[in-house]
Amino acid sequence: MTQAPAATAPATLFDKLWQAHEITRRADGASLLWVDRHLVHEGSHHAFAKLAARGAPVAEPQLTYAVVDHYAPTRGRDAIPAGDIRRMIETLGQNAHRHGLRLFGLRDPDQGIVHVVGPEQGLTLPGFTVNCGDSHTSTHGAFGALAFGIGATEVAHVLATQTIWQMRPKTMRITVVGQLGPAVGAKDLALHWIARLGADGARGHAIEYAGPAVRALSMEGRMTLCNLSIEGGARLGMVAPDDTTFAYLKGRPFAPAGADWARAVALWARLPSDDGAQFDREVEIDASDIAPTVTWGTSPEEALPITGHVPNPAQLPPARAARASEALDYMGLSAGQALQGVAVDQVFIGSCTNGRIEDLRLAAKVLQGRRAKVPGLVAPGSALVKAQAEAEGLDRIFTQAGLDWVEAGCSMCVGMNGDLVAPGKRCASSTNRNFKGRQGRGARTHLMSPAMVAAAAITGTLCDVRPLLEGRV
Amino acid sequence: MSAGWTHHSGTAVALDLESVDTDQLIPARFMSVPRVQGYGPYLLHDLRYDGAGQKLPDFVLNRHEGASILVARRNFGSGSSREAAVYALVDFGMRVVVAPSFGDIFSANAVNNGLLPLALPEADVDQILAMLVAQPAEARVDLQAGNLRICGRDYAFQLPQVWREKLMNGWDDIDLTTARAPQIAAYKTARRASTPWVWPS
Repeated sequence: MTQAPAATAPATLFDKLWQAHEITRRADGASLLWVDRHLVHEGSHHAFAKLAARGAPVAEPQLTYAVVDHYAPTRGRDAIPAGDIRRMIETLGQNAHRHGLRLFGLRDPDQGIVHVVGPEQGLTLPGFTVNCGDSHTSTHGAFGALAFGIGATEVAHVLATQTIWQMRPKTMRITVVGQLGPAVGAKDLALHWIARLGADGARGHAIEYAGPAVRALSMEGRMTLCNLSIEGGARLGMVAPDDTTFAYLKGRPFAPAGADWARAVALWARLPSDDGAQFDREVEIDASDIAPTVTWGTSPEEALPITGHVPNPAQLPPARAARASEALDYMGLSAGQALQGVAVDQVFIGSCTNGRIEDLRLAAKVLQGRRAKVPGLVAPGSALVKAQAEAEGLDRIFTQAGLDWVEAGCSMCVGMNGDLVAPGKRCASSTNRNFKGRQGRGARTHLMSPAMVAAAAITGTLCDVRPLLEGRV
Repeated sequence: MSAGWTHHSGTAVALDLESVDTDQLIPARFMSVPRVQGYGPYLLHDLRYDGAGQKLPDFVLNRHEGASILVARRNFGSGSSREAAVYALVDFGMRVVVAPSFGDIFSANAVNNGLLPLALPEADVDQILAMLVAQPAEARVDLQAGNLRICGRDYAFQLPQVWREKLMNGWDDIDLTTARAPQIAAYKTARRASTPWVWPS
């Protein structure tokens, strides 16, 4: 590691990114930040309406990209019936056309979930600020970018000015020492730390993930980890860029090329936190402590190793007992019940958390030559992921196992496109939120890795994927 | 942006739940509605209405439809960036939510719409919930003084200056930012020179 110049205090990755984007700071402490990438989707209709009400143009159409994902049908795209879904998709298309934005529409070979498309197109780059009206924008932090979700008022502000007012968050480093075990991945790591610190455990903080277990993750794994930062309450999550990052980005359509590539890599290599840089908060996690992890309740913090038992409210302090009872009741589980063996009705593999090629490869490894006992949906994160998976024959593994292989989009993670879990049904899901009603009114969601979802499909129950992957990885 | 306010007096009710997330505040299926139609009917929809769309008479917001101050447990508004969660609260008539902690994006969205996310220590919130459990009470919030008065007790609260001023002045950020156009233009010129790949060719 190079030392920071003597005159400058050692800086964190976050400090460097914040400073590089701060245009000005008000006396009250709010900073005006430049936005390098602004991603919009169908849900941005409120912000476009605000812009229209002012008669304002989009300040930087070249830095603004529109993606159809939340409402994207995963089947029957050629004949979408009239109604809300079609209207939402058409409205985004009209707004993109009106303002001259690049649109990744339903028929685009590069369409997909905004947080999958951005990285795979090379739109997301180290050293950038990335905003999107979606909380899982934290995903893009995997590249060493300052990436955070914003609300509609802020989306309208970014559209109109290409800047955003922010109060500086505190910094927090989560150092993951040791090595993740076989069949234990970024999803398990994320659910593990959220269960330990709480769903509001990192509130008000910008997280940097560090340590050997994080360094060893692929870009897909880093994206999963950063994606779930918001589920632990963090404002954003980041991993410092390294050779893994550069190798992923080289040659991507929107990544710098030629002389700019070398110049960019030289700049990016200076982004990692300096030795001795101070964080407001430090947390250490031992990767070897982590088992495949599953949520049992209705908040991502309500997660346990698959070998565990759900809480018994009678043994909890009163303040926690009421909450646990309510969550168990909603989830249809009994006090103290073992997680292994809980029967599931269906499975879902996909989402901005776990809809990338590596996720599908691992799930396919579990499913190869086996049959699912319950129905399920596999929705790739993008059309490119879908094409890649089909080139590798993964689609046939899923369909031969009895699962449905469909088009790319947010799908059953949030159900806006009509892919819903019926009331009272239990779904093993590779998604990010087990909130009440998230996958449909009354739906019961268990979050887990795509490999664990595949294992649940085969046995029809929550179960440990490790024996099923023995000899396969 | 709503008009600014400095004092608010209204009826406070208890929503004795933790982690009231954005998907509960407004289920995703209602988010395609244009704002002009009003989001009040969708607030906490699946807690307020049964599967057939009938109001659940025992639910606190159905018993007290004029409430404007909501008191809940930790991690309120966690989850999605959907500003619709705030629209639902505001259009229902809420002006203040009191809780031990809030989702960060929810808080920013709230302040941008004139809704105060009022954070108090857990022990204070426990006390207030205990006072409200039997029946709602009138309460008064003073933004300038940073004080909540409820059931004869005073609770001081901290608020970032940025939020206090925005709530009181009803500022529109776009107007404030537009006044800084020359600084933004200068930054953009420098950014283009240092990192030309921000603007893909």
